[in-house]
Amino acid sequence: MSIAVKGVIKRFGTFVAVDDVSLDIADGTLTALLGPSGSGKSTLLRIISGLETPDAGTVWLGDQDVTRVPPQQRGIGFVFQHYAPFKHMTVRDNVAFGLTIRKRPKDEIRRKVDELLHLVQIEQMGDRFPAQLSGGQRQRMALARALAVEPEVLLLDEPFGALDARVRKELRAWLRRLHDETHVTTVFVTHDQEEAMDVADQIVVMNNGRIEQIGAPRELYEQPANEFVMSFIGPVNRLGTHWVRPHDIDILLEPTDSAVEAMIERVVYLGFEVRVELVRQDGSRVSVQVPRDEAERLELDAGQIVYARADREHVFAKT
Amino acid sequence: MTAAPVPVPATRGGAARGGAPRGVSHAVAASGRSAHVAKYGVRFVALGYLALLLALPVALVFYNTFAKGLGPVITALQQSDFQHAFWLTLTITLVAVPLNTIFGVVAALALVRRKFRGRGLLNALIDLPFALSPVVIGLSLILVYGKNGWLGGILQANGIQVIFALPSMILATIFVSLPFVVREVIPVLREIGTDQEEAAYTLGASPWRTFWRVTLPAIRWGVIYGVILTTARALGEFGAVSIVSGKISGKTETLTLNVEDRYQEFDLVGAYTASIVLALMAVAVLLAMNVYQSGRFRGNGGKLVDDAAPGVAAGEVR
Repeated sequence: MSIAVKGVIKRFGTFVAVDDVSLDIADGTLTALLGPSGSGKSTLLRIISGLETPDAGTVWLGDQDVTRVPPQQRGIGFVFQHYAPFKHMTVRDNVAFGLTIRKRPKDEIRRKVDELLHLVQIEQMGDRFPAQLSGGQRQRMALARALAVEPEVLLLDEPFGALDARVRKELRAWLRRLHDETHVTTVFVTHDQEEAMDVADQIVVMNNGRIEQIGAPRELYEQPANEFVMSFIGPVNRLGTHWVRPHDIDILLEPTDSAVEAMIERVVYLGFEVRVELVRQDGSRVSVQVPRDEAERLELDAGQIVYARADREHVFAKT
Repeated sequence: MTAAPVPVPATRGGAARGGAPRGVSHAVAASGRSAHVAKYGVRFVALGYLALLLALPVALVFYNTFAKGLGPVITALQQSDFQHAFWLTLTITLVAVPLNTIFGVVAALALVRRKFRGRGLLNALIDLPFALSPVVIGLSLILVYGKNGWLGGILQANGIQVIFALPSMILATIFVSLPFVVREVIPVLREIGTDQEEAAYTLGASPWRTFWRVTLPAIRWGVIYGVILTTARALGEFGAVSIVSGKISGKTETLTLNVEDRYQEFDLVGAYTASIVLALMAVAVLLAMNVYQSGRFRGNGGKLVDDAAPGVAAGEVR
């Protein structure tokens, strides 16, 4: 089901958490709300879910205005940042909760729960209590619980935030597969640009309660609307009024018209790529990323004087 | 599944005795010895304090009750004044505790989950019974419900006797035991946060069902402990009830008043017997709560789930 947010404002006391935000999310897509903490992304998600009521503006699910509809009746699934497991219930009872509330027949509930536990790969954990699960397993349980009621919209608040790096990568690939199979309209909140780029079809970049840019991952990376988006989406160097990504800089051994002189401060091997940290004469620092064989061909080393040339740069109108 | 290694708590002194690597200097052994002294010293002070102030007097009550055999005790138990006092205390407790439990949970929910005008005032008022002496509480009730009191005149004109009768004794007991459930439940409510309740809402549960299926089970330990404390207070209340009841034996005399009455009349066995019955009633409440707990969590081997060690499942992290 499609989601539309129109002119939504939400204040907490004098703090404006969401500042006149409008947003359209197409049916069947996977969208990331990306931004630093305090940017209003979680509040926006909670407004879509009905857990928070906007001070102004409307929320639409499909062609229905749900602004005053309580979360119980919105047909959504919500996964909380810390999973919010019902601690006194077993994993099975947690997953079955929404179906029990809807008074479905017992054997139907059992069948559905079995199916979901299989889907999220925690079949053997059914009789355990949440405290006996690992973080990743708890996260899967929370997903199964949200999916049990067959929501038309799935909302996830920092779903992988509390997990270690390896489990996080695994789960996000799995979320992407799950979405490709079920095509439930999904929105998730994250502060991790890599996670957003990895999983989402569409990214909404937020800052200070406003939307900075909406676009596909590649679009944001290649055509950032402003300095904030450019610097939030990936590493960036500032050369005067120009902004340039570390891998969009060439290192030359001979001076040219458009190249600037700098001294190599440090060469860091990252695997396939090498990060070269340069210091210019005015003391400003520039970070450059070059392929390993290129670095070896140029025999780059600390203390060496080189010339850096921006291959591709962005200039933003002053805001 | 690999079990997480269990670290030996340093307070047990295990590290100083057996756990220390070989070749450690005498300094460690010396510090182990002083740790020993400290450990037993603390234990001695704590236990000695309890023994002197709590265990000894209670034990002496038991001893003195049965000093002359079972006969006098049975006679005391058969006295009609005693039996009336027993049933009166039971009645008052059975009315006051459920009322305070319901009020306590509702007030705690209001104070923690809602923002409203007068929240601070409600919060302060709840502690009033702790701040006031029970005698003052008793007198204040007389000011309201007594013959010349605020409401007393009207009530009496309509044939309702409050002071020197059961209603005032129940009111006094409710008053003095009011804060326990609220004060026990508030921190638990704060700690569980709103996540679980919000999750229940998104899964379609109404606020009413969410309370019964999610919130109440989550705060049950606070409620249970509050009920135990409330019951103990209700059973043992003396001052406020003594003022409002008029202490008419066989009519408005509770067990605590009966104890005093017997004592004043030099019927020591009677006084001790009533005391022991009071103590046993409190123990019965504790036992009942324990049975209730283990019954509810039979499926989990009677163990409290929230206490499961985080290391238990650590070996299975995927």
